[in-house]
Amino acid sequence: LAAQDARSPPSQKRRTDDSTSTGDLQPMPTSPPADVQSPGAADALFSSPPQFRHSAIPLDFDISSPLTYGTPSSRVEGTPRSGVRGTPVRQRPDLGSVRKARQVDLHSDGLAEDIVATEQSLGQKLVIWGTDVNVASCKEKFQRFLQRFIDPLDKEDEDIGLDLNEPRYMQRLQEINMVGEPFLNVNCDHLRSFDENLYRQLICYPQEVIPTFDMAANEIFFDRYPDSILEHQIQVRPYNALKTRNMRNLNPEDIDQLITISGMVIRSSQLIPEMQEAFFRCQVCAFTTRVEIDRGRIAEPSVCKNCNTTHSMALIHNRSMFSDKQMIKLQESPEDMPAGQTPHTVALFAHNDLVDKVQPGDRVNVTGIYRAVPIRVNPRVSSVQSVYKTHIDVIHYRKTDSKRLHSVDEETEQKRFTEERVEMLKELSKKADIYERLALALAPSIYEHEDIKKGILLQLFGGSRKDFTHTGRGNFRAEINILLCGDPGTSKSQLLQYVYNLVPRGQYTSGKGSSAVGLTAYVMKDPETRQLVLQTGALVLSDNGICCIDEFDKMNESTRSVLHEVMEQQTLSIAKAGIICQLNARASILAAANPIESQWNPKKTTIENIQLPHTLLSRFDLIFLMLDPRDEAYDRRLARHLVSLYYQSEEKMEEEYMDMAVLRDYIAYARGYVNPRLGEEASQALIEAYVDMRKIGSGRGMVSAYPRQLESLIRLAEAHAKVRFSEKVETIDVEEAKRLHREALKQSATDPRTGIVDISILTTGMSATARKRKEELAQALRKLIQSKGRAPSLKYQQLLDDLRAQSDTAVTKEMFEEALRALADEDFLTVTGKTVRLL
Amino acid sequence: MPCVGDWLNSPLSIVQGIFAQNVPHSDWEKKVTEYFKEKLKENNATNWVPSLNDVPVHYLKPNSLVKFRCMVQDMFDPEFYMGVYETVDPNTNARVLHFGKYRDVAECGPQQEIDLNSSQTVTLERQTFYCVPVPGESAWVKEISFLTELVLNAVTYISASQARVSPSTSYTPSRHKRSYEEDEDMDLHPSKQKEQHMGNSCCSGSDIHGCVEPKRLETEASVGHHVISPNCSPPLDLNFPLPGEKGPACLVKVYESWESFKVNDVLEVFGVLSVDPVLSIVNSEERDSSTLDPMECMDTAEEQRVHSPPASLVPRIHVILAQKLQHINPLLPACLNEEESKTCEFVSNFMSELSPVRAELLGFLTHALLGDSLAAEYLILHLISTVYARRDVLPLGKFTVNLSGCPRNSAFTEHLYRLIQQLVPASYHLRMSIESMNHSRFIPHKDYTANRLVSGLLQLASNTSLVIDETQLEQGQLDTAGVHNVTALGNLITWQKVDYDFNYHRMEFPCNINVLITSEGRSLLPSDCQVHLQPQIIPPNMEEYMSSLLTAVLPSVLNKFRIYLSLLRLLDYSISDEVTKAVEEDFVEMRKNDPESVTADDLHKMLLVARFLSLSAGQTTLSRERWLRAKQLEALRKARLQQQKCVNGNEL
Repeated sequence: LAAQDARSPPSQKRRTDDSTSTGDLQPMPTSPPADVQSPGAADALFSSPPQFRHSAIPLDFDISSPLTYGTPSSRVEGTPRSGVRGTPVRQRPDLGSVRKARQVDLHSDGLAEDIVATEQSLGQKLVIWGTDVNVASCKEKFQRFLQRFIDPLDKEDEDIGLDLNEPRYMQRLQEINMVGEPFLNVNCDHLRSFDENLYRQLICYPQEVIPTFDMAANEIFFDRYPDSILEHQIQVRPYNALKTRNMRNLNPEDIDQLITISGMVIRSSQLIPEMQEAFFRCQVCAFTTRVEIDRGRIAEPSVCKNCNTTHSMALIHNRSMFSDKQMIKLQESPEDMPAGQTPHTVALFAHNDLVDKVQPGDRVNVTGIYRAVPIRVNPRVSSVQSVYKTHIDVIHYRKTDSKRLHSVDEETEQKRFTEERVEMLKELSKKADIYERLALALAPSIYEHEDIKKGILLQLFGGSRKDFTHTGRGNFRAEINILLCGDPGTSKSQLLQYVYNLVPRGQYTSGKGSSAVGLTAYVMKDPETRQLVLQTGALVLSDNGICCIDEFDKMNESTRSVLHEVMEQQTLSIAKAGIICQLNARASILAAANPIESQWNPKKTTIENIQLPHTLLSRFDLIFLMLDPRDEAYDRRLARHLVSLYYQSEEKMEEEYMDMAVLRDYIAYARGYVNPRLGEEASQALIEAYVDMRKIGSGRGMVSAYPRQLESLIRLAEAHAKVRFSEKVETIDVEEAKRLHREALKQSATDPRTGIVDISILTTGMSATARKRKEELAQALRKLIQSKGRAPSLKYQQLLDDLRAQSDTAVTKEMFEEALRALADEDFLTVTGKTVRLL
Repeated sequence: MPCVGDWLNSPLSIVQGIFAQNVPHSDWEKKVTEYFKEKLKENNATNWVPSLNDVPVHYLKPNSLVKFRCMVQDMFDPEFYMGVYETVDPNTNARVLHFGKYRDVAECGPQQEIDLNSSQTVTLERQTFYCVPVPGESAWVKEISFLTELVLNAVTYISASQARVSPSTSYTPSRHKRSYEEDEDMDLHPSKQKEQHMGNSCCSGSDIHGCVEPKRLETEASVGHHVISPNCSPPLDLNFPLPGEKGPACLVKVYESWESFKVNDVLEVFGVLSVDPVLSIVNSEERDSSTLDPMECMDTAEEQRVHSPPASLVPRIHVILAQKLQHINPLLPACLNEEESKTCEFVSNFMSELSPVRAELLGFLTHALLGDSLAAEYLILHLISTVYARRDVLPLGKFTVNLSGCPRNSAFTEHLYRLIQQLVPASYHLRMSIESMNHSRFIPHKDYTANRLVSGLLQLASNTSLVIDETQLEQGQLDTAGVHNVTALGNLITWQKVDYDFNYHRMEFPCNINVLITSEGRSLLPSDCQVHLQPQIIPPNMEEYMSSLLTAVLPSVLNKFRIYLSLLRLLDYSISDEVTKAVEEDFVEMRKNDPESVTADDLHKMLLVARFLSLSAGQTTLSRERWLRAKQLEALRKARLQQQKCVNGNEL
């Protein structure tokens, strides 16, 4: 590019131009009395140092450029105004008034009109100095783009109400006419597909090209809507420059080019009023004059033109013109950061209506012009610090996280895959054993526990989201929740850590250390603004991700109760400090719990072992036991696996398993692009499976499956289909879902007394046989009391002894008390202290 | 032609020479680094270079070549600078090209001006690291590295003192030279210093006429900050991770491959020292004008303070050569993996006399641990442990030892730490107490106002020994900060990572820190292995006993211990198939007999012990004997714990 400028690269040249002017920035004029007191100082402040002018201007002319050069400033002021009535031009500080000022300076000796004339007469041959941009052709091309660009396939979320088969930007102009917001956002990608060369020019010379675009857009607009009156003329705002890059990749070549970078706002300054035009009045004769800003400074007229008094002009602040400006610090987003380094930051300057558009904490894509300005050491010392200050003049903001509130698939937006990558992933998905392969790649350092890994794998993929709002059932949750329980030291925490590290939006908390507040959200008073701010906790932060909760059993009651809502409704309700809201918390929960008595007691049920309320347990799709298997072959394999850990080099380990990055991409792709639906066969298989499950129990007079289990099965089957990148859930998916579900049940819901899998352990907290036994005991007790005749009261201990004597099984005190309570519930008796009264 | 003194004393003139010869091509930069690489390869040349670690900044010649052994504490944003610029003489219109690399200020002669519009200007990029001396660096490391330099550097110091008498030609601003003299005067006349402080506080640089004078005074006053706490502006927080650290912090400007460096890396940099007082003037002035000039208030006052502190306090080094250090032990060759005959010789020599050294060290530590040889064995294993790989989230090779049963009142842990400090190159003693847990800053966090990473206790370089003393901990209430700190310690021990707090998000920084916990009972922090101390002797005076221990060891032997511990950490290790089989068999057998007591975790531990046991004997493969020995050690350790449990049970 810019072959004709081989002698001096344009970007470089223009940068130095800018530095000429901004380099010797001076404080803004203060109040007039100070000037009067020290006229010498005022002189130094208000006029650019003469030697500077000498060095700068001759140089511009010295260059015997083969190109004729036109002046953008004359265009901006000249052309659009002619065709427009009532709509003023507004300066674009985002493009830098600097350049314009240089031009004014150039022709201050009355050449300006001639140049305009020559420009018009010379027509096509003119290019802007230092660039290859021809104003007229550039304008024409852009107008053609506006009038003709159609891309029915490219749908953006702002395109609501647009007819995609009509020229997109003409509809936008129509919108401007109706709404009255004079900004035209142009997607650079569209421009690129329309005219590659124009796009290149825009990227390389935004400062010159964008005003040309403005001009073109205004001409079309006022041609079409001649009566329209806008606040000011339309300003074109390009965005999505394909040069979208990571902050880390910015380098000196990008200076003065149009760039788009993404990042997170970390700080924004107060509004800074920047003087655009100063208003002076003579204190002697009240003659007034306006002075425009020139290279960042105001040249105060030292002599009144009217009465010729020296130093009589005083600045009138409230009649001067100011524009808004704001400094914003952008930090690179955590995802872009290489490991072990600290994030970079870059300064942004926002102007006029872009001020206060973003808040600290927002994730934004910023399009703007990258600038570098040298730092001056001292005006009186000729040495200059050899460092430039860099910033970006913002032209367009695009918040990346505001969309998250509206759509679910923002991950597809965020994570774009290259075609090769997609091809590779698809290739991978065709492998017959992909499911096993992925499961194996998951936490390879943790040995075996294959079913658990498979379960977690399915959790990572998740089911399909279904919306039943119109039938009144709301959203069905697509997230799969998993609970791991088992002996301490069976690498549960390690598994959790692995998952937390794998998923992009994961949170890791420990039940011991977290409070309800830490999990949900809390209201905090900002110390600076005294404003109430809603701070989100782990569950909200892991929306669309996985929330890993270690030591689930150590969590206190009130904290756990929060999870009830999250785990089924996937929302969080907050009513605190006057803030009432419902936040999305579509998080999958992966929890780990230790048994109450340090070791898992195989003689007790899951509930008894971990002492968690069954209401919560039933919300887990899969509950796995991680126990230490007692098996020689297993021991042998485990030993080999562990020994290899202790001497294999890292490279060798990498070879053996699938890369974590591949796994991550695979999951992200499946989550983003694959949305399986139930097929006919699969539905049938699911129904059968459910009926089967119910049947098992009905034989023994108990319910062994609830609709919740059916939903779990569906989710698991969908997730399995996602693993295969299949858009349709098929029988094999259901088979695997069934197998996994059964496997988990076998582990967690087996009644240790009878050895039968009993879902009611998880749903009611008690196995059916245990419940039956309880009822029997209560009946026996009732009979015993009745047999004693109508004694009004009985001794507690006496009754227990009698019951024990009568019963053929051992009766513990707890069982006895439970029976008493059951009878009390039936209003048969009351227990007061140590006596039992009949009613 | 440049002689030895030249490249040391005025490296910039060498660069200028190379630049002038090659100017139309851009490969002059490469030639410069090659030149210095060659120079530093020569006999002991690296030792000739004065080190910022040992010599106070104001004794070093500005713009001379210096070296600095440091840890990257924070990384600032990359900056663009004028790589090549042109000056013009307004009278004669003569144009001269200059290079801006290795410089903070674009220099130009008194009659010249910088032409900012020149087409010759080349903008380049460099990265700034905020570096601090290695946290917790032991005194002996400093001493030894200083002594080796001192012997060789006599010449340099003489020339440096000459420089003080007659100003060197390469250094133009003559007032800096004067500042040296005044600096010396200062020590002699404290009253004069006071005067200067007053002068500093009364003129803030707004005075037009005397603008040079007061500013000079200001920079000098800040030199004085080292000695006496200032009575004017608050002292600059140099952001050392550990409290009570001394030494210069430094802004290290890196010109090449800065992507390869990470936070907490230990580097040795060779570069041009820049303490130009102009740099400090920039700041004071900008701070004044920032309230007026909207362009300049890009950064807050705090940010400016942090990012461009006075050069006298935080000097700049423009890096010509930088290398990551595997270790900071000056007794070892800096780079061990190189296939140099010298290194190999050193290693093999040391390996041949390894076993007596180990025996002696074991004896020494046994005495230090009050006659408990088992604990001493474990302590050796702990001291040579290092995270050698990470398997997804699992760090391999960490070996946190919890030394329980430490006598509480006899300041035993204090003295034990002092002994460890004598052995390892970097260490820190963390005395746990409710107070310290609640009030100290463990996790580094990002301060967005000043735009820097505020350091915390846990920002430590690799292989630092962290000795946590739990014996001082009393019952009490931990507040939020305390809970976070304890959690951070737990994470550090279990995962060998620290989650730095970036306010809007957290970032994980992997680390490699040897943690030793001393406690009375079992520690509340997790650990890989708990060893219960069984003192054989209770010395009546702990202090006397411990210090006599240290004096009894010959310095040469002590140095051998130091080499031993640092060297073994760097060795490779493998297990043959045969032994793997045997271990498998063993494990299965053990499980068969008593499945309750032997778990996968125990196998992990045994393998770790076996690894370090083999390494501690200088063997890089596991042998059957070592495996049995490891098993035996573990059994002994476990038996002790069991025994302790019983004792405690009886007491209750």
